[in-house]
Amino acid sequence: MPEQLVFAMEVTLNGLMAGVLYALVALGFVLIYKASGIFNYAQGVLALFAAMTLVGIMQGQVPFSHLINAVFGGHITHFGWNVPGALAIALTVGVMVLLAWLVQVLVMKHLVGQEPIILFMATIGLAYFLEGVADLMWGSEIKTLDVGLPQGINLWIDETTFNIFGYGFFIDNLDIVATVIAALLVAGLVAFSQYTKQGRAMRAVADDHQAALSVGISLNFIWVLVWSVAGFVALVAGIVWGTKSGVQFSLSLIALKALPVLMLGGFTSIPGAIVGGLIIGVGEKLFEFAVGPLVGGATENWFAYVLALLFLVFRPQGLFGEKIIERV
Amino acid sequence: MLDNSVSYVTDDGRTIGGVVMEMKNITLRFGGVVAIQDISFDIREGEIRAIIGPNGAGKSSMLNVISGFYVPQEGEVLFHGKRRPPMRPYEVARQGIARTFQNIALFEGMSVLDNVMTGRLNYMKTGLFSQALWKGKAEAEETENREVVEKVIDFLEIQHIRKTPVARLPYGLKKRVELARALAAEPKLLLLDEPMAGMNVEEKEDMSRFILDVNDEFGTTIALIEHDMGVVMDLSDRVVVMDYGKKIGDGTPDEVRNNQDVIDAYLGVSHD
Repeated sequence: MPEQLVFAMEVTLNGLMAGVLYALVALGFVLIYKASGIFNYAQGVLALFAAMTLVGIMQGQVPFSHLINAVFGGHITHFGWNVPGALAIALTVGVMVLLAWLVQVLVMKHLVGQEPIILFMATIGLAYFLEGVADLMWGSEIKTLDVGLPQGINLWIDETTFNIFGYGFFIDNLDIVATVIAALLVAGLVAFSQYTKQGRAMRAVADDHQAALSVGISLNFIWVLVWSVAGFVALVAGIVWGTKSGVQFSLSLIALKALPVLMLGGFTSIPGAIVGGLIIGVGEKLFEFAVGPLVGGATENWFAYVLALLFLVFRPQGLFGEKIIERV
Repeated sequence: MLDNSVSYVTDDGRTIGGVVMEMKNITLRFGGVVAIQDISFDIREGEIRAIIGPNGAGKSSMLNVISGFYVPQEGEVLFHGKRRPPMRPYEVARQGIARTFQNIALFEGMSVLDNVMTGRLNYMKTGLFSQALWKGKAEAEETENREVVEKVIDFLEIQHIRKTPVARLPYGLKKRVELARALAAEPKLLLLDEPMAGMNVEEKEDMSRFILDVNDEFGTTIALIEHDMGVVMDLSDRVVVMDYGKKIGDGTPDEVRNNQDVIDAYLGVSHD
């Protein structure tokens, strides 16, 4: 087999893995959008917040320690214990549910029935507020996150491909784990929304608030549920991305990568978010591989956005989104 | 006046029971506009009660007061003889009051079956975790509620569109699906907001038949708002007539038809 083709295969595989990570972030957006019609700008910050909280709890950091020290002149920073990963994740889930409840009670509850653009603006405000709170709570330095996910080159794939092609593929174990996690997450979410009472109520609320009220669904409860689920998805994304590239402010920017994914996949489709993520992941890696050398590289920075732009022009509802039909 | 607690039998052999819902001196204002002014009336168990009146008379507002979408500034709502505190619409629904909407409020993205299933949400008590894990109890519950839903779907003759997404249905069928969803809740009181608005003659006849059948078969108490006088007079046991937020008539269709105020205000018949 020609060397170029083998190399392209490896690039494709790596692209698929990266795509899964994009899809993971995009999923959080789709969920909230489907369930409440809100485009949640804060999803990326939610992932950052979740990851920072997880690290903070694991390392036994005192929340708001800078603030406390500044006001009372102490020097406390840590409780002096370490919390094991599994327990810390459980605690972080609790924090995310609490956060969901606060968002609902303090912000969203007061905006029932408002225009989508107003709700969108509220989530922008929420994003900046949360970013500040996260910094104040846990400090702004870059932290490493290790909850025990395997990392580094997968030797089995390396050896097998070496035996077949005479060239070993470099596939990161973390990417493989991320793929499995994403698959489980999606299966779980789909089952939840399709087959459970709460899932059905969630879809009902997304569709029509008045009708939902008339069959006895409490909007408050469903929205807390939706934000909790979004917080949970953000936590999963935060763990994977945080393990990969450290927990730091730039984590919140992965949300920007999710935008083109959503434009491809459609804002309302869970399968769309996954396929969109994969297309962008593979597309940008292959494009860089094939066209990159001709134009001086760095195509990964803009490829996704140009692709999204093309979709906006020719198929604005995305690959899987609901077709927009205006009845006259 | 009939005694509140005494039941009687109608000409066509249905038993009308005591008062289920009583509205006492209801006044509803939107800023300076008085939508409902000091209106009292009651709804008896098993009857079909109509609220009629010209456009802007406050009929829909009245229905919204009953279903908890509006909270009146003055007056009392008594349900089964007990004063009802101000409630949110979903709490009212949980008390067994189901409704349909004038401008159809269905879950457009869901299938007919799923839409009707939402009517059963209040009967499904298993918690989030057993639901999420889809184990024993939750499964049994789903099957049980599914049976009720299938019965309603059969009754309203919408089996052939069970799996169709609601968005694809024509108007008349959507109205019927909405009725099915309300019926699935096995309501103690069923509120219909202009169930025949925008329908052609044939669809109106179908809908009238279903309303009568529901009342007859399940003994469901029904309060409905309607524009079409002819339909209302044929359907209902008693009629409340509203005009400019005030009650101008209340009684059997015959009584109402011969009420001079009603003729003046609503029928527009000249009399000199």
